[in-house]
Amino acid sequence: MTGPVLSVEALRVAYHTPAGAVRAVDGVSFSLREGERFGLAGESGSGKSTTALALMRLIKAPGRIEGGRVLLGDTDLLALTDREMRRVRFAQISLVPQGAMNSLNPVLRIRDQLADTIAAHDTRVSGGDLDTRIGGLLEAVGLDRDVMWMHPHELSGGMKQRVCIAMAISLRPKVIVADEPTSALDVVVQRQVIETLGAAQRRLGASIILVGHDVGLMARFVDRIGVMYAGRLVEVGPVGDVIADPLHPYTQLLIASVPDLESKGVFKGISGLTPSLLSPPPGCPFHPRCPKVFERCPVDEPALREVKPGRWVSCHLY
Amino acid sequence: MALASLGRNPALAVGLALLGLIIVVAIAGPVLLNQGHARVGAFPPGLRPSGGHLFGTDTQGRDIFAVVTLATPETLKVGLIAGSVGLSIGTLLGLVSGYFGGAIDTVIRTAADVMTTIPGIAVLVLVATFIQKMTVELMALIIASLAWIYPTRAIRAQTLSLRERAYVQIAKLNGVGGLELVVREILPNLLPYLAASFVAAVSNALIATIGLEALGLGPQNSFTLGMMIYWGQFYGAILRGMWWWWGPPIALILIIFVSLLLTSAGLDQVVNTRIRRAA
Amino acid sequence: MTLEYVVRRFALLVVVLLLAVTVNFIIPRLTPGDPIEQKLSQLVATSGGQVGDITAMVQAYRARFGLDQPLLRQYVNYWVALMHLDLGFSLDNFPERVADAIAAALPWTVGLLGLSTLIAFGIGSILGGLLAWPGTPRGARVAIPVFMLLSAVPYFLLGIVLVFLLAIKLKLFPAGGGYPFGVILRFDLASITGIIHHAALPALSIILAGIGAWALAMRGMIISVLGEDYITLAEAKGLPERRIFVWYGLRNALLPQVTTLALTLGHVVSGAILVEVIFSYPGIGFKLYQAILAKDYFMIQGIVLLLIVSIALTMFLLDLVYPLIDPRIVYRRR
Repeated sequence: MTGPVLSVEALRVAYHTPAGAVRAVDGVSFSLREGERFGLAGESGSGKSTTALALMRLIKAPGRIEGGRVLLGDTDLLALTDREMRRVRFAQISLVPQGAMNSLNPVLRIRDQLADTIAAHDTRVSGGDLDTRIGGLLEAVGLDRDVMWMHPHELSGGMKQRVCIAMAISLRPKVIVADEPTSALDVVVQRQVIETLGAAQRRLGASIILVGHDVGLMARFVDRIGVMYAGRLVEVGPVGDVIADPLHPYTQLLIASVPDLESKGVFKGISGLTPSLLSPPPGCPFHPRCPKVFERCPVDEPALREVKPGRWVSCHLY
Repeated sequence: MALASLGRNPALAVGLALLGLIIVVAIAGPVLLNQGHARVGAFPPGLRPSGGHLFGTDTQGRDIFAVVTLATPETLKVGLIAGSVGLSIGTLLGLVSGYFGGAIDTVIRTAADVMTTIPGIAVLVLVATFIQKMTVELMALIIASLAWIYPTRAIRAQTLSLRERAYVQIAKLNGVGGLELVVREILPNLLPYLAASFVAAVSNALIATIGLEALGLGPQNSFTLGMMIYWGQFYGAILRGMWWWWGPPIALILIIFVSLLLTSAGLDQVVNTRIRRAA
Repeated sequence: MTLEYVVRRFALLVVVLLLAVTVNFIIPRLTPGDPIEQKLSQLVATSGGQVGDITAMVQAYRARFGLDQPLLRQYVNYWVALMHLDLGFSLDNFPERVADAIAAALPWTVGLLGLSTLIAFGIGSILGGLLAWPGTPRGARVAIPVFMLLSAVPYFLLGIVLVFLLAIKLKLFPAGGGYPFGVILRFDLASITGIIHHAALPALSIILAGIGAWALAMRGMIISVLGEDYITLAEAKGLPERRIFVWYGLRNALLPQVTTLALTLGHVVSGAILVEVIFSYPGIGFKLYQAILAKDYFMIQGIVLLLIVSIALTMFLLDLVYPLIDPRIVYRRR
């Protein structure tokens, strides 16, 4: 298979509030190859989580997907009917949610929650086979088989997140969307969970989109990274290159603000506040805070262009 | 701006309007009325509603329209007094308990827990039975003695959550002391919850007083809506089909409760908007 | 469920019971005047008084009821009597024992209110669930204000309206009583139908008034549950709508509702009072009303004590049972 496994074109999502339409995702495009790990990074409110949810058509009112295409193979997910989309969910594209603490149904056993996922997509599987399969899934994420008989409250945060990973791989999807899977965990557990996720993904041969704000974490995990700001992608490229040589001024400030264990110095933040997505500034959304701003910036909106092989930026400097 | 937000909250608008109407009628009614109409033997007994008597007369010759007009403010009085006293005590206890915590919190909380286990109506019946001469004010006080329980818990819960908010912590760091902190930072943000608790307290007080009165434990010499129902039952108005006797008080009670319910639903909406904005 | 939890709850129960009995003991003794003397005077007056000096009679009765002993002694006697389930004698129907009168009336109350509350819960919850189900047509939303109205009505008032409409005007149901007049109750079809016929209106007023509140509560609970994260993941998993609604929504909403139901049932007897009065239904409530009319203090005390004890016990049992059925509560206690 040579083409991209997932292709997002000009995705737009808006939230309709009494005060107006908030443009949470404003024309995002990127593509994902088979087996690739893509990181979607940005601050809170940059639109990264909304993008992730939009891929699975999980945006609920007052939010609405306003336009664009999400091509999984040859199928535009945004054009499918509800019933068709339901069949695609978890079977072709799955989700590892952010807060595993609250993402598991408190009154059902783990086994039942995994079982209904499988049963919803493949009604031929019988009870006994189901148990074997579920046991296998749990072991694949490093949990004991007996976990399947427990209720969510009996598990720790890390274990719950691994159950979610097991659910996400249970139907062997082509794409896994992981929405900040480790944010709620402590550092040690974070590492274990992310390794489990990586191992599971490799074994499946699936592609993964990792959404998060921890650039350091992404540096070790993803192949390519996309940086989002104010609902737009401002830079995309191989993670090593982007971190070593960031092109967009925002990315530069972002990388610089990550504290280094080795050197000492003053903390460098990014001055200013994130723009209102209700009435974003004209031209480039970053221009009020950009240290390299010039006359063209408040006027024209820059487009995401490939300025070097594999390096995409949306900035008038290039 | 307040009017605009009322426009988005129809429940609150209608509820408050109804309440306002009731209060106006309750205050103006007795003044405009010829009180002699409500005396025993003022008119022939058992008359059906007609032009002269909008609600007819009861078995003792009282004009029921006059009686209802006199009874409504009395019933409202009990509800308001009991509700206010209950809320005041409840707010004080809730604030203190929630903010200062520790031993005093344990004491207040246990007291409230014990009191919730005891059915109010049982205590009220017991106390009311042994009071020789019941008056409207006394009734209000008895009910108020139980009306503080729910507000205490509600306000305490709210105080506990507000205590952890950023602006309270900042005020603390700025050296603002205990009582002043409570009054200046916490209390203003409690206002919608206080309003909601007040409506609930008045509502519950009214149910309690009407219930007690209908049982015959109310002030025998005053006109209240509950007593009207009691006398109606006592003189067999229900069995005799004299619907004009018990109908008007029930209708009025209904209107009062509906307006309280609407107001409370409207206040819930205000509280929820705040939660959404704060989140 | 830890031992500490059980002990704490039990201690609460004991405190409540102690308080209740003591208050029940003290209040009558706080009032000026002697209930016995008052009662006897009243009896004398209403029966065309021919007895000259009732002082001797009063003394005799006081001794009989142990009211001439020092207060502390009386308190102890009271507790001893309670342990034997002896609530004293009825002042009005002497020599009827209070405990016997209550035992005769209790099944009527528990039966009527217990059943009516359960029916109201069942129907109301189903209606509330339907209102929250996304598949329900929007037109059904009109039921919401209707339910709000219904829940605002104190149900004894609804009872009055029902009696008037269905019993007096339309003569479909009897206007009062628990069973047809003059009938001796036997365990046969005629008795049973008679009982049901008489219970219909009081039950109806309780059910109608309760449905509104239960429906709204269930709907509110489901709506709040549907906002939880696990619903989002369930949708992400591509589960069918019905499974999400029933197993992820309803199942989680039901548990708190059942707690409320248990609490309501515990308060069953308190709620009974006014409904029974309106319908002259021979339960605890009606007995209390009659006792108040007749100034039968011992009966009043006995019934009030029963109310307090029954509720305290119910809440205690509920506190013990709930952690067993809700897995989440156990977690919090850890």
